Amino acid sequence: MNFMSVGFQTLFYKETLRFWKVATQTVAAPIVTTMLYLLIFGHVLEGRVEVYPGVSYTGFLIPGLVMMSVLQNAFANSSSSLIQSKITGNLVFILVPPLSHWEIIAAYVLASMVRGLVVGCGVFLITAWFADLSFVAPLWILAFALLGAAILGTMGVIAGIWAEKFDQLAAFQNFLIMPATFLSGVFYSIHSLPPVWQTVSHFNPFFYMIDGFRHGFFGVSDIAPWTSLAIVSLFFVLLAAIAVNLLARGYKLRH
Amino acid sequence: MTAIQITNVEKNYKSLKALDGVSLSIEEGEFFGLLGPNGAGKTTLISIIAGLIRPDAGRVTIHGHDVITDFREARKKLGVVPQELVFDPFFTVRETLRLQSGYFGLKNNDKWIDEVMDNLDLSDKADVNMRALSGGMKRRVLVAQALVHKPPVIVLDEPTAGVDVELRQTLWKFISRLNRAGHTVVLTTHYLEEAQAMCQRVAMLKAGRVVALDTMAALIRRIAGSQLVLRLASGSLPPELRALVLHDEQQEGNTYNLRVTDYAEVEKILARLREAGAVIDEMQLQQADLEDIFLQIMGDKTP
Repeated sequence: MNFMSVGFQTLFYKETLRFWKVATQTVAAPIVTTMLYLLIFGHVLEGRVEVYPGVSYTGFLIPGLVMMSVLQNAFANSSSSLIQSKITGNLVFILVPPLSHWEIIAAYVLASMVRGLVVGCGVFLITAWFADLSFVAPLWILAFALLGAAILGTMGVIAGIWAEKFDQLAAFQNFLIMPATFLSGVFYSIHSLPPVWQTVSHFNPFFYMIDGFRHGFFGVSDIAPWTSLAIVSLFFVLLAAIAVNLLARGYKLRH
Repeated sequence: MTAIQITNVEKNYKSLKALDGVSLSIEEGEFFGLLGPNGAGKTTLISIIAGLIRPDAGRVTIHGHDVITDFREARKKLGVVPQELVFDPFFTVRETLRLQSGYFGLKNNDKWIDEVMDNLDLSDKADVNMRALSGGMKRRVLVAQALVHKPPVIVLDEPTAGVDVELRQTLWKFISRLNRAGHTVVLTTHYLEEAQAMCQRVAMLKAGRVVALDTMAALIRRIAGSQLVLRLASGSLPPELRALVLHDEQQEGNTYNLRVTDYAEVEKILARLREAGAVIDEMQLQQADLEDIFLQIMGDKTP
């Protein structure tokens, strides 16, 4: 893979420009939606729930919401771009030039990371006013944000390649990504769950992404951050291998 | 040098044999026509050349580069105008062409982009979003996209389907100029007169197989020959000349269309008519065209 190749740079630029041209829909809208989560859940649960000692519920919620925005928007970027190009037929403009599958994946995933991180930063900048946040370990914040965005960008590539219509992509998003995100501890600590659901949560990779990300803010988490990092990294490698394999074989793209 | 070498290419879709052992050799600088009815396998073959479809068997090379194992070099040599009117609604014409240049590894390609747009009468639409263009204008952008990297081999899949006369003329003028400059052009079209006017050589595909492959002149000579149209004032056509009658269903009264291969044959027919006592009222010698050849070959029951 050549990150300096003009082909890769152009595809990355195109994928970034694509979402930026419709930033109201791709950046502003998710920030507003996340703000609503904060206002509603924060208002209802503030003062009733204390997840970590000394941390308000709103303070606990903000990192979770930021990470949820990063993940959902990273997925949305690559998956929607690919399915739109497949359905309208303009994917041919990318399949005919001399771009390798590595360059194609890298460009789509990196552009997805940019969107996820832009939305995440936007959510953070607005929500940070609602609680006193600490930044105990900023490197953990950065590491989990980057890895989480990369994972969901890669999942978006896989879903975009697999889906043949918007309906299938919506199923992927609504029956897999949304439940996995909501049940990952964005709104609660898994220690507040019954033991059986605690066990189930440990099989959800999204849980480790959000738990590790939150550790960077408070220095406390349900799982040790190094463990989370190892699991999340492994998950990324697995997904990247699947995505590379699908593209290299031309699965559903080159018949 | 061979521009495109297609060797024993096969492609199956479940029980359908889309391509059944196609072999073709297209030389550098040729203007080559790929003809056949719908479903003959033309677009499948072009998609294999472009790397969009993978063959089940056989091999395709472009300027000696295998389209699968050496795809980077092969694709650099190739520009494809797809049949479908596809576009990316997010970008303007200029952005679309700059992006396409970038995918082919070209930065700062504006000079050539401007020249291509100028030749395709697209300059005044350069900053217009693709969505706002008419079908004909979108077709021009597709052609421009295929040419941004100055490919030595240009493949046009039905480029003039559903476009107006003005675009056809603009397009053919530009493509002919590129061909004269040494670019190899491969064309599929439903307009047979277009293929006849532009192509030096044609291949006809039927049910995934090449059923004719020759220069235009040789095909016309070899397969269809010419037609001798006769109207008899009196008498009738002798039985031994009936074998030469073309388009049986079109015969009206005493008018006959006879297939002839050369002038000597005309002389023999006239002599035989004199012997039989027939008097000719009107006579015309018509040169066969690609449509005659096409109908003749496609009408043949054996694939």
